[in-house]
Amino acid sequence: MATWHPKNEHEQIILAPVKQGVGRDRILWIVLASILLAGIAAWARQFVLGLGVTGMNRPVYWGVYITNFVFFIGLAHSGTFISAILRVTGADFRKPLTRAAEAITLFSLPFGVACIVIDMGRPDRVLNMIRYGRFQSPLLWDFTAVSLYLLSSIVFFYLSLIPDIALCRDRLTDVPPWKHRMYEILALGWTGDSHQYHRLERVLDAMAILMTMIVITVHTVVSWVFGMTIQPGWHTALIGPFFLLGAIFSGTAAVVIVLAILRKLYHLEDALPIGLFNSLRKLLITFTLGWLYMMIAEFLTTYYGSLPEEMEVFWQKFTGDFYLIFWGMTILVFFIPLFIFIFRAKDSIPWMVTAGVLINIGMWMERYVVIIPTETRPRLLYELVQGSYRPTWTEWLITAALFSGMGLLYAIFTRLFPIIPLWETVDSLEHEPEPERPEPRRFGERTAQV
Amino acid sequence: MARWSMVIDLDKCVACQGCSIACRFENNTPIVSPEEAELGREMLWNEVFPLRAEEGDIASEQSRFLTRPCMHCENPPCVKVCPVQATFIGDEGIVHQNYARCIGCRFCTVACPYGVRYFNWYAPSWEEGLEQHLNPDRVMGNGDLEGPAIRPRGVVEKCTYCIHRLHKARARAEAEGREIRSGEYVPACVQTCTGKARFFGDLEDPNSIVSQLSQERRAFRLLEEAGTRPKTIYLEEG
Ligand code: SF4
Ligand code: SF4
Repeated sequence: MATWHPKNEHEQIILAPVKQGVGRDRILWIVLASILLAGIAAWARQFVLGLGVTGMNRPVYWGVYITNFVFFIGLAHSGTFISAILRVTGADFRKPLTRAAEAITLFSLPFGVACIVIDMGRPDRVLNMIRYGRFQSPLLWDFTAVSLYLLSSIVFFYLSLIPDIALCRDRLTDVPPWKHRMYEILALGWTGDSHQYHRLERVLDAMAILMTMIVITVHTVVSWVFGMTIQPGWHTALIGPFFLLGAIFSGTAAVVIVLAILRKLYHLEDALPIGLFNSLRKLLITFTLGWLYMMIAEFLTTYYGSLPEEMEVFWQKFTGDFYLIFWGMTILVFFIPLFIFIFRAKDSIPWMVTAGVLINIGMWMERYVVIIPTETRPRLLYELVQGSYRPTWTEWLITAALFSGMGLLYAIFTRLFPIIPLWETVDSLEHEPEPERPEPRRFGERTAQV
Repeated sequence: MARWSMVIDLDKCVACQGCSIACRFENNTPIVSPEEAELGREMLWNEVFPLRAEEGDIASEQSRFLTRPCMHCENPPCVKVCPVQATFIGDEGIVHQNYARCIGCRFCTVACPYGVRYFNWYAPSWEEGLEQHLNPDRVMGNGDLEGPAIRPRGVVEKCTYCIHRLHKARARAEAEGREIRSGEYVPACVQTCTGKARFFGDLEDPNSIVSQLSQERRAFRLLEEAGTRPKTIYLEEG
């Protein structure tokens, strides 16, 4: 049976980046790969010498690596938010964005996981987590939740990619043979039969519900690594929702940046109309205000409670060693972006990108400022020892490597697969009248959406 | 079953730091360079801290100190968070640390509210000659490595109430077919204390010195409000 593909008016422009050879990309790839390699070398050195090569000390036992961990997992939330949560709520503007966003999820998660291993004193014993794993430890919750998240993201992402891989297989006949072979294998014999589309939609709908639950769990659990201790500033029930909101916030801002780059580099102006950015702008305004709400809820409660050990950390942030980062963060994630969104960003992609970049820098600082100040004033020790922390070049290099690695995977991906889902953005998936086939109703079933 | 406990009388403590030094030699804690110490990476399982004087405190003229071993909490936050059970509470209430299993995630170090836990940032080192004179005692076997055994880099260590001494005392008592006598097992810091400020014994035994002292009006525990229920008990000054 000949494979049927839905007609997408943007097919040519969407497939263009995949069709073109690597070309000038090679330079970018080489740069990113070298940074990644340098980071791996730095990590190898750290492994041989010990974690002493970082700036961590007592009592600041966790530093930039754990900040990165939280940040990467947060970035990952963008994809699931856009492809799963918006799918469940039926927000159709998401369709052209889904893959670009899901790819962020997919390529940032492995680096999030890597952060944990990099931070470990004995990475060679990582299997102890499985051999002797104690489920009472929040770190094991993390480990489980993030692995589950990674696995289900891969499945979710791959499923929605299948029809487009089949399209690449059939349309891109003059690509190198290995590439064509890859499409053939990965397409799993997709024929574009309307039952297949029907079933695919149903599976994706059901998985979207699962993914929504996982995504909420994951970031809450990440925050519980801090929340389950009794250290001031961490031990608050608000930390879970706050982390979750921050994750979706920075993730969505990252989607804006990525989309704008793709649009420009790959000339996808028609496939990614400016209206998309306006929809994201509305979401981001909501998140910015939500972030303010969380900040006020948290700090006002702390201030009124005035517990001495909490106040030590509070003043560390407001006026102490971390005041620059704290206030810088507030300006970067709240004041400037809100101003941009309201007065400038409508119909303006450069302004949206500016805001997106500021938010992401700010959110990284926010993670830092949640984690480190508490450690410099731990519960008993604030009277006895006062900590400080200055990351070393090893930590910065490894951080840069993590970001480069993510960028590299992303860049390569966009040359192998269409970054805008072709089959999801067409007007109609019906190529013949739906054949009568009585199907038993199952959980999560929906009538076919077109 | 015994419940080992330590009482420290702050009135008698003269802040000589003898306990820190005794601990260091008993437990082979590594010595770090001055630059590392500057970073806050020195290792003293039992540290003596000068207390910051409160502003406007009349008594601030007088310098005050606090000596701090592990509290061996009955509800230890460190044990709760360890993903691999490298730190765990034993039958007799001692909080163990197994160097052979620890993965160095440092979750316990951030969870302990007393700053009791130390991380091996580098492989341990000693000054010239000192490595010839390390304490050979250790507790090991069955995937376990505890006590003064030399720690590899990347794991966490902490005060164990000199658990190897307990093992020795128990072995002796068993060989002689009797119970451990009171005073037969004490940690090095208790044995050495210049001011005789430290007491050690079994809280389960109502006649032991620690049971008696823990009933004193001056008795208190650090961060009692945190609900960790320490078995290291202090007697207030004055
Ligand atoms: S004092 Fe700290 S290290 Fe010792 S048992 Fe309590 S929580 Fe654990
Ligand atoms: S550093 Fe070692 S003892 Fe501490 S929580 Fe991690 S594995 Fe457990």
